[in-house]
Amino acid sequence: MRVSALIPKYPEPETYMGHTHYCPGCGHATLHKLLGEVVDELGIRKRVIMIEPVGCSVLALKYLKFDGIQGPHGRAPAIATAVKRLRPESIVITYQGDGDLAAIGTNEIIHAANRGELFTVVFVNNAVYGMTGGQMAPTTLLGQKSTTTPTGRFAEFCGYPLRVCELLNTLDAPVYLERVSLFDVEHILKTRAALKKALLNQIEGRGFSLVEVLSNCPTNWKMTPEESWEFVKNEMTKVFPLGVFRDK
Amino acid sequence: MGKDVLTGVHFLSGNHACVEGAIAAGCRFYAGYPITPSNEIAERMSVRLPQVGGIYIQMEDELASMAALVGASWGGAKPMTATSGPGLSLMQENIGLAAMTESPCVVVDVQRGSPSTGLPTLVGQADVMQARWGSHGDYEIIALAPSSPQECFDFMIKAFNLAEIWRVPVIFLSDESVAHLSERVVIPPKEEIKLVTRKRPSVPPEKFLPFKPGSDLVPEMPIAGEGYRVHVTGLTHNEKGYPDLSAKVHNKLVPRLVNKIRKNADKIVEYEELFTEDAEVILVTFGISTRICRDVIKRARAEGLKVGLFRLITIWPFPEKRIMALAQKIKAFVTVEINLGQVAIEMERIVKERCKTFLIPNAGGAVHDPDEVFAEVKQIVSGLVE
Ligand SMILES: Cc1ncc(C[n+]2csc(CCOP(=O)(O)OP(=O)(O)O)c2C)c(N)n1
Ligand code: SF4
Ligand SMILES: [Mg+2]
Repeated sequence: MRVSALIPKYPEPETYMGHTHYCPGCGHATLHKLLGEVVDELGIRKRVIMIEPVGCSVLALKYLKFDGIQGPHGRAPAIATAVKRLRPESIVITYQGDGDLAAIGTNEIIHAANRGELFTVVFVNNAVYGMTGGQMAPTTLLGQKSTTTPTGRFAEFCGYPLRVCELLNTLDAPVYLERVSLFDVEHILKTRAALKKALLNQIEGRGFSLVEVLSNCPTNWKMTPEESWEFVKNEMTKVFPLGVFRDK
Repeated sequence: MGKDVLTGVHFLSGNHACVEGAIAAGCRFYAGYPITPSNEIAERMSVRLPQVGGIYIQMEDELASMAALVGASWGGAKPMTATSGPGLSLMQENIGLAAMTESPCVVVDVQRGSPSTGLPTLVGQADVMQARWGSHGDYEIIALAPSSPQECFDFMIKAFNLAEIWRVPVIFLSDESVAHLSERVVIPPKEEIKLVTRKRPSVPPEKFLPFKPGSDLVPEMPIAGEGYRVHVTGLTHNEKGYPDLSAKVHNKLVPRLVNKIRKNADKIVEYEELFTEDAEVILVTFGISTRICRDVIKRARAEGLKVGLFRLITIWPFPEKRIMALAQKIKAFVTVEINLGQVAIEMERIVKERCKTFLIPNAGGAVHDPDEVFAEVKQIVSGLVE
């Protein structure tokens, strides 16, 4: 018997195409894969329309076989609103970074959530502007260095890390808000489950769902991938506690 | 405190030279939002401004950044921001407010391939028209275009001076190539840098009219909170600064905002000419494309072709008078720009039938290939002889 016959055959992923441009160890790639897997599992690939942000994931649709529209920086929720209302049978997902969603796009996300728009938000919080080379994000931790806070973020000048789930949890409309992470297998599986739940909420027409994923940016944090996941686990979760904020 | 003028010889990128020019010009307030290819400006500002007692703020977006500049201007600072095309688009509402309220400020636009997200890391020069009238309504601004890191330093000083003198937003039209080019930059001694600051109130508060212009059409400018009880508004306003929503006041205010630049254009306009005395064909260009054209001119002259160079330093206001005069005595202008004809259309408008006008366009992503420009210029020259 040939050895290869012993290797179990996994189904070819339908959605996730791999070969991403992300830096080694970057959470974006893991998250793309999870999203692809969940979409395959739910059998909704052909119904998905994903709104890409401006950020490192601007090329997400190169790796995920969906229809999609790339919006201007921060405006994905506004585009998603229109797409979902016109094509209610579609599954509309926005995929946004923390600069995109929590700085320039804060307005759009709050109002889309407050209107209870029936789409799903995948929010990647890596505490930095990855794409533009490591500037401070609204989510950068106090004391954390970035190219625009070379001596660390001080609350006196830059305020405090913005907690998106907690902020949106003050609104009536959202049905599901959860913060998850990718720093170990257990949490990767939790993230997978959260993505599935958020998409099911949309399939069942329940309402606005957002999954915040604490991720990393080894390149701009100037860490190895291992160190970066340690940072997520030990430092980021202190400021951004994991858990379900809303499930109704 | 750190030094504000780093006198000496340096090796700087265009973006870093902009920062040093701004600080030497007295800029002490920066509000901005990261965007490629302008990021090195924000990053260096975040280090340099605190060293010289200035304020650096990373805002939540470009709308807020530009609004903060208007606030800073009335707070008494010489403010600036830096961005690229998409950010400049978001700034337009508040650029209009700065024009209407005559708030001096400098906006650096490091142009990249566009429209929309376009080519974030590659060169473009297609914001010429956005710089001019990107906001709604009639107004005039000043726009400058550097072609080297040295000029980034020198022209930033000009930009702040012009903003202060004419009380307009000055758009600094850099581009990705100039921004990321590193070259020798000579920073002169502080005493040799001539700085201008806005005209300040010359009469006590009870006699002061904040929007009453002088003979140069520019009013004196108080600082908010210093006792002049200023009212600054984007609504149509009278000389007191109070809203007056009548056609009469509007027809006084808006023409003045436009005319303070149009009628004073001779004092503002700057350009550079090379071999124009005997030229039959003149290349018109700006920014990084100047360097391509210099090379082309050299080659043309070596082959005995009478080709000259007219390089815009101020793009707005446009050097209309000089171009009209040159058009009388030459056969053709050839505009070389990294867009599909934004300066060229202005050339056609001015030159009319006086001589021929051509365009060597380029949608962006790379500078023109000098070989190709030279070949096209040769073809144009030979076509004119026949
Ligand atoms: C109007 C506008 N402003 C700024 C930018 C520049 N820009 C591109 S991506 C980005 C930040 C990306 O950070 P984030 O959303 O956190 O995504 P990440 O790359 O970290 O995944 C910025 C500021 C832009 N493209 N458009
Ligand atoms: S820069 Fe950061 S966020 Fe972007 S791909 Fe690299 S590691 Fe990921
Ligand atoms: Mg980020």
